[in-house]
Amino acid sequence: MIETDDEVLGKAYDARLMRRLLGYMRPYRARIGLAFLAILGLSLLQLAPPYLTKVAIDTNIAAGDVDGLTPLALLLLGVLAASYVLESVQTYTLQITGQRIIFDLRTQIHAHLQRLDVAFFDRNPVGRLMTRVTTDVDALNELFASGVVSVFRDVFMLAGIAVVLFVMDWRLAVVALSVLPLIAGVTQWFRRNARQSYREVRGWIARINAFLQENVTGMATVQLFRREARQYERFDAINRGCRDAHLASIFFYAVFYPAVEVLGALALAAIIWFGGAWTLQGSLELGSLVAFVLYSQRFFRPISDLSEKFNILQAAMASSERIFALLDTPVAVTDPAESRAVDSGARIAAVPGAGHIRFENVWFAYRGDQYVLEDVSFDVAPGRRVGVVGATGAGKTTVLNLLMRFYDVNRGRITIDGVDIRDLPLHDLRSRFGLVLQDVYLFSGTVADNIRLGNEAVIDDDVRAAARGVHADRFIASLPDGLETAVAERGATFSVGQRQLLSFARALASRPPVLLLDEATSSVDTDTERLIQDALHVLMSGRTTIAIAHRLSTVRDMDTILVFHKGRLREQGSHRQLLAERGLYHKLYQLQYRDQEIELAPAAS
Amino acid sequence: MSPLARLVPCVLRYRRRFLLGLLCLVLTTAFSLLGPWVLRYAVDDLTAGVTRAKLAGHAAALLGLAVAGGGFRFLMRRILVGASRAIEYDLRNAFVAHLQKLPLAYYHATRTGDLMSRATNDLNAVRMMVGPAVMYMASTGLVFVVAVALMLSIDPVLTLAALACLPLVSVAVKLFGSAVYRRTERIQAQLSTLSAVVQEGLAGVRVVRAYCREGVEAERFGRENREYYARNARLIRIQALFYPSLGFILGLAGVLVLWLGARHVIEGRITVGQFVAFNAYLLMLSWPMIAFGFVTNLFQRGMAAWGRMCDVLDAPPAEAAPPDAAVAPSGVGGIEFRGLSFAYDGRPVLQRVSARVAPGRVLGVIGPTGSGKSTLLSLLPRLFDPPRGTVFIDGIDVLDLPLPMVRRRIAMVPQDPFLFSDTIAGNVSFGVEAAVAAEVKVAEALALARLDADLAAFPDGAGTRVGERGVTLSGGQKQRTALARAIAADARILLLDDALSAVDARTEADILANLRRVLRGRTTVVVSHRISTVRAADLILVLDGGRVVERGTHDELVARGGPYAGLHRKQLIEEALERG
Repeated sequence: MIETDDEVLGKAYDARLMRRLLGYMRPYRARIGLAFLAILGLSLLQLAPPYLTKVAIDTNIAAGDVDGLTPLALLLLGVLAASYVLESVQTYTLQITGQRIIFDLRTQIHAHLQRLDVAFFDRNPVGRLMTRVTTDVDALNELFASGVVSVFRDVFMLAGIAVVLFVMDWRLAVVALSVLPLIAGVTQWFRRNARQSYREVRGWIARINAFLQENVTGMATVQLFRREARQYERFDAINRGCRDAHLASIFFYAVFYPAVEVLGALALAAIIWFGGAWTLQGSLELGSLVAFVLYSQRFFRPISDLSEKFNILQAAMASSERIFALLDTPVAVTDPAESRAVDSGARIAAVPGAGHIRFENVWFAYRGDQYVLEDVSFDVAPGRRVGVVGATGAGKTTVLNLLMRFYDVNRGRITIDGVDIRDLPLHDLRSRFGLVLQDVYLFSGTVADNIRLGNEAVIDDDVRAAARGVHADRFIASLPDGLETAVAERGATFSVGQRQLLSFARALASRPPVLLLDEATSSVDTDTERLIQDALHVLMSGRTTIAIAHRLSTVRDMDTILVFHKGRLREQGSHRQLLAERGLYHKLYQLQYRDQEIELAPAAS
Repeated sequence: MSPLARLVPCVLRYRRRFLLGLLCLVLTTAFSLLGPWVLRYAVDDLTAGVTRAKLAGHAAALLGLAVAGGGFRFLMRRILVGASRAIEYDLRNAFVAHLQKLPLAYYHATRTGDLMSRATNDLNAVRMMVGPAVMYMASTGLVFVVAVALMLSIDPVLTLAALACLPLVSVAVKLFGSAVYRRTERIQAQLSTLSAVVQEGLAGVRVVRAYCREGVEAERFGRENREYYARNARLIRIQALFYPSLGFILGLAGVLVLWLGARHVIEGRITVGQFVAFNAYLLMLSWPMIAFGFVTNLFQRGMAAWGRMCDVLDAPPAEAAPPDAAVAPSGVGGIEFRGLSFAYDGRPVLQRVSARVAPGRVLGVIGPTGSGKSTLLSLLPRLFDPPRGTVFIDGIDVLDLPLPMVRRRIAMVPQDPFLFSDTIAGNVSFGVEAAVAAEVKVAEALALARLDADLAAFPDGAGTRVGERGVTLSGGQKQRTALARAIAADARILLLDDALSAVDARTEADILANLRRVLRGRTTVVVSHRISTVRAADLILVLDGGRVVERGTHDELVARGGPYAGLHRKQLIEEALERG
């Protein structure tokens, strides 16, 4: 999926983002401190081998002292062993901490996604949100696991080498380090250009992705209009642009690494020239000169590494920016603040068996001022059954969405048992409803899991009873493992009717005081149809029911029928009353009646 | 053909560049290996007493070697990495060219994201293999062989002592390597599981909210997230032992060299300069040791990725042209379905459908969702291939017509039109072959499709971009743009698959009247669920369950009082309802 915002390259370093990222490290201060100590120790230890070589040359070789070599070698071995331990400790501590932080961050993102309102998911495709939880978080992991830390390590090491050089011979140290400004200049040049060309390359890759996405999705159109050749030409142009951008960026890398090497050789030549002269004069020991040579080899590698880290940092910054933007998305539909919440006594009193629902002058628009519901008021007494009918786009489904607080009303209010639904905790409100949607969403897990839906209070017997209650037991019995059969690929192996029955069982098992039903429009065979109708009666018995009905047979027996038209509640009454009015309902009824009379089902789409 | 055999010619196209690049590689390696050799003489001269002029010579030699080595390293990178980019470019073009030839059924069975991943991620792995991996492999191999040879020439005993540690490296790599690989695989698998859990919870967000399942989701996520962490931790544990051990083993060689080498210097078997040079070569060896595992990994991943790309490249393209094509350059546009039965995925969609449409006539097809209307249409331009002897254009079986020829005769407006993120004019001229007079055609088509009024409201008229980076078109505007595109394509046969369902009835009637007037002489098939769309057709088929249940003109069908008449009555009431 192409996401334009994912292709935008942010700053490589952003103090605000960095501070926030550092906040995630705070709980692991102690571990990170330990890792830093290890890094510090390691940097010191890595200074030892060239120095020990110097000692060997200046002390042992010069004096022909063979016996002294063994303790020296043992010392080096000790340094080596200590390095191994510190390196292991450092790697382990840092990587584990990185993973912990990533774990925390991912949990936080997921928890936030669980709280965000349904409207947010209307705006953001699932694919994009997935990227936040997986790819973006992993880019940050890179930052913690390798990037930032090895920068410190390199810096410690450089500082350590510089100090040792100055201690050994300050004159030669000045000579050796005199190339540093040049290296800084080359690095600066490289960074600026590499960044620019990286940006260009990313732009071309985004274009390639966009092209592929579009042309694969629209391949039928391309083929139908015989545009293969011309689309290929377009792609070739993009592909060539991408190649050329890559070739341009190779130039900077190809120049940079040899350039650092040449500057390193320049330092080496200077060490030989000046150091050699001083050795001849006798003001410098040969071993020190050799040590300088060995140190200079270790000195320049970390510098070229530093630039490599740059890309990691850049990617991590871009990712963290997107992650924080997601975490900062406010939750529109929230639990009531403590002060607004009704006192618990009233809440408990309202729970059992009730379910008195009132819409009072409700206005609602999904977007701007395009109202989907306009000034809607109605009242559903406990235990009553209400059918909602109307043409597509009349606002029927919105009634359910508002009642469940998937969205909040713009004006007016909705009450249940006399309490504004915004004053009830979301969990409390939603657990009063059993919702059955048109297209049934099944989760991975077993059939029983899908009926129970994670509600611990629903025991196995309840699951079985619910399945039996809605006549789903027969088809479940025919499954290989009955209720314990795993649901494959979102229930693709179940028929539409079977999925319906499962969703009924789901609603029945949760024993809600109120049933909300968005009746399925898909046609099923007559046997299943009969099962479904039967199951519906079981479900509705003794429950306040609001059903969006597409079939006349369902509405007919309802206590009240609400007729919506273009966002307004136009008629309400019983089937008989409404027919007598000869209004909208009468027309709808004719439509349905005709539909039953002729064989041809209505084309819903 | 094996994947490897298939890749070789793509690489060999650039053999000159590869040879040149490898030559640079040899030279740069030679220069960098000469450095310690100069160092050796410099140090020895210093112990033995030396002139400043000689010192200057050594310093200059070191610098000269670095400059020459750097120059060739620069060339090597440019040539070899550049060649890999050129190969990447070739392969990507070939991949896209092949995608264009694949039949529509292939796209129904394959996810877009999967194809994209092969064209980008997998291709990159292949590139890493043919470019950088080859470069590193050659360079490390060469450094290893030459450095060891030079070390042997300095001090064979010391070399053997230093190399004695090397088998330990191999053992460590082998021991840990497979464990690292296995653990990485397990992490990848867990990442898929974790993604699936997130994806499921997000896609089913309404059910999750309605049944207060947030807690369950959080717990499920937490469980998988913890497992993901645990698997990462297992990898980290082994890595924390493994990577430092490489440094340790190489360091061990250093200890031996110091202990034994210094002894050899004291004994006079080697000079201090040779000792220093030996140390420098040992340092150079450490990279090949470590790089070896890394490079093998690049090759493994590259071959696996290339295998995945070959899966796509091996998918058979839609039949390009039958062996003995009965070629009729242009036709008049007659259509016939002859006892057409068609099954999709083993499910019968159409059964014994027969109809004949004379050139320039209009066929209407009406029926409920799932009755096979769209499938019937899609068989004409061979989006799917019908059985032989069932679908004819101008009396020729469509299977005997070369694909480009079939499609040149047909312009289609699909149910859910796909527009490219281009300008509106660009989309409309999509099927216009000649660039000449394209503008006029586009303007005409836009007017016919009644888009001209809408365009006035857009910032750049027909030059306005659609899609993410431009205006968002309404469903009706999209459909009318697609209609204009089909009109501009100037084909003999026009297929409208419920093409104006999102356009209001009055505009639709206007457009259809326009079309009839202007497109007289073009054969048209109109699929719809609205009576008003098909009522003027010369022949109307009523489809249900893949069968023709009624046929005739509007008046005949209404008079007959069958399903069509019922639908007609129903739609009259609906219209009344719409008026409120």
